[in-house]
Amino acid sequence: MFERPKTLFAVAVALSFAVSKFSGGVNPYYYDIILSIGINIILAVSLNLVNGHTGQFSLGHAGFMAAGAYTAAAFTTFVPPHHIATTLFFLLALFAGGLAAALAGLAVGVPSLRLKGDYLAIVTLGFGQIIVVILQNIDAVGASRGFSVASGYTNFFWTYFFAALTVYVIVHLVDSTYGRGFLAVRDDEIAADAMGINTTKYKVVAFTLGAFFAGIAGGLYAHFKQFISPDGFDFFKSVDIVVMVILGGMGNTAGVIFAAVLLTILPEWLRTVSGCTFLPHWLRDVAQNRMILYSLLLIVLMLTRPQGLFGDARLFRRTPKFKKP
Amino acid sequence: MNPLLEIRDCTVRFGGLKAVSELNFAVGEGELAGLIGPNGAGKTTVFNLITGVYRPTSGDIRFAGKSVVGRRPYRITARGIARTFQNIRLFASLTVFENVRAAFIMHLSHGIFHALWRGPGFAREEARIDAQVMELLEIFHLGEARDALCKSLPYGDQRRLEIVRALATRPKLLLLDEPAAGMNPTEKQELMRLIRFTQEKFNIAVLLVEHDMRVVMGTCHRIAVLDYGVKIAEGAPDEIRKNPKVIEAYLGQEEPAHA
Ligand SMILES: Nc1ncnc2c1ncn2[C@@H]1O[C@H](COP(=O)(O)OP(=O)(O)OP(=O)(O)O)[C@@H](O)[C@H]1O
Ligand SMILES: [Mg+2]
Repeated sequence: MFERPKTLFAVAVALSFAVSKFSGGVNPYYYDIILSIGINIILAVSLNLVNGHTGQFSLGHAGFMAAGAYTAAAFTTFVPPHHIATTLFFLLALFAGGLAAALAGLAVGVPSLRLKGDYLAIVTLGFGQIIVVILQNIDAVGASRGFSVASGYTNFFWTYFFAALTVYVIVHLVDSTYGRGFLAVRDDEIAADAMGINTTKYKVVAFTLGAFFAGIAGGLYAHFKQFISPDGFDFFKSVDIVVMVILGGMGNTAGVIFAAVLLTILPEWLRTVSGCTFLPHWLRDVAQNRMILYSLLLIVLMLTRPQGLFGDARLFRRTPKFKKP
Repeated sequence: MNPLLEIRDCTVRFGGLKAVSELNFAVGEGELAGLIGPNGAGKTTVFNLITGVYRPTSGDIRFAGKSVVGRRPYRITARGIARTFQNIRLFASLTVFENVRAAFIMHLSHGIFHALWRGPGFAREEARIDAQVMELLEIFHLGEARDALCKSLPYGDQRRLEIVRALATRPKLLLLDEPAAGMNPTEKQELMRLIRFTQEKFNIAVLLVEHDMRVVMGTCHRIAVLDYGVKIAEGAPDEIRKNPKVIEAYLGQEEPAHA
């Protein structure tokens, strides 16, 4: 099925387009969840490139998302649209957001790539918090009061177009001889180096590309919620995305997509549970606090299935048998 | 003519410990050379110096006429030095095939954009790499195991797979760190044959670190002996076997074991 990646991508895009034609009548509550799912797929799949495939533990994905969200929002707010088509204007804004996030990724990535494991996690976490603090102090974008975005350009089609693009890029990047480098870096950096693989370059590519897509997701988010505030991109948002990657199985794209869907719906479902008056009080309290549940979920998962729900099933990976064209 | 690899007055210190001391050693093109010595003599450290994992405290290492000191390991590999590891370092989550394929990255003409676009050039190159990986695996009798996870292979096969992976980088010099460790006598015989065959077929030089004397003596034309980081002897296998200093160095180590 994945032998024809371009066809597959085209099908996904056509499907998003077709579905978007019928999304007018959908209940706004569900529409909201459906767009959130798309955005979370972009976030989780792009973080998976860094944390899953390349084995670097980044805790700053929400920071890159923030960089993209604010850049894209500032773009549509402050740049006069002149006479270009709205769609093009929106795409330019998203691209600017992705670019800003990628630059941030480069800026954090290059100096911190000597760090391993926990140290890298701490540096990226600190970076995420720095972004939040900086944003809290820029008056032009509303500082800690938040930033209202006038235009709600984000729709079903563009959300799922970029979700498909993210999946396409990351799956096919990794699934090539070139892409074995990411996995080699994850498995054994010293051996990778000794096999002539430029490990630093691979880590920088993973960081920058991961951040780029997080920035796109941020831009989509800003023009979907039409209101963004710095605390929306704090440490907890990063943890949300990390949980999706771990739950889906590090490096397993299909699993991570599934986890992104699951963990977007779960909080909504929990909200329903916590509203059910016939349930015992303690249960409603637990349901109300999703961080407690996530922690429990992770502990149980690590004890029973450390490889993630789907582990090595790797629906998107196969040993390729390329035929001569 | 200049030798392929030349180690000149190399010293490396770890704190107060001189792991290698004023070492002079050379390997010629296409030569089968051996490096032996008791445990902790500094053999692996010499490999780490040559491949850029450690930097010598003083001295120079030249490969094909140019110094490699201070180069990053992947650049040294690109110049034509490949190695295996004493404590096997395969890519654990990858299959046998993928392990070898990863070592082809260095010679790729395509990059990110080809991998994404997947035009005919990309498919052609991937098909060529596929065929070359399989050819190498077949030579080393690992073709059958292509889709097995490398972790699941028996110890001896893992060591051979490491050699295949190193060869995939197309080296001029191959460094083998105790390739016979954990092999049974039949596998050792086969390994010796393979080392000689590799050297002839690919016309590369091999530097072999090995504790099994029969393997070293049976493969190498010239052997250097290290003891506490100092080279105490160098010569043909027969000379080394009779050298009193070498016997002493090994006796000093092995006597307690026999007692
Ligand atoms: N990174 C390091 N830091 C400190 N000491 C080291 C380091 N690497 C090696 N050594 C020391 O250098 C000495 C030589 O070690 P090396 O591993 O090179 O020995 P070897 O000859 O390969 O031994 P073996 O036959 O056991 O593999 C040992 O005393 C070892 O403890
Ligand atoms: Mg050693």
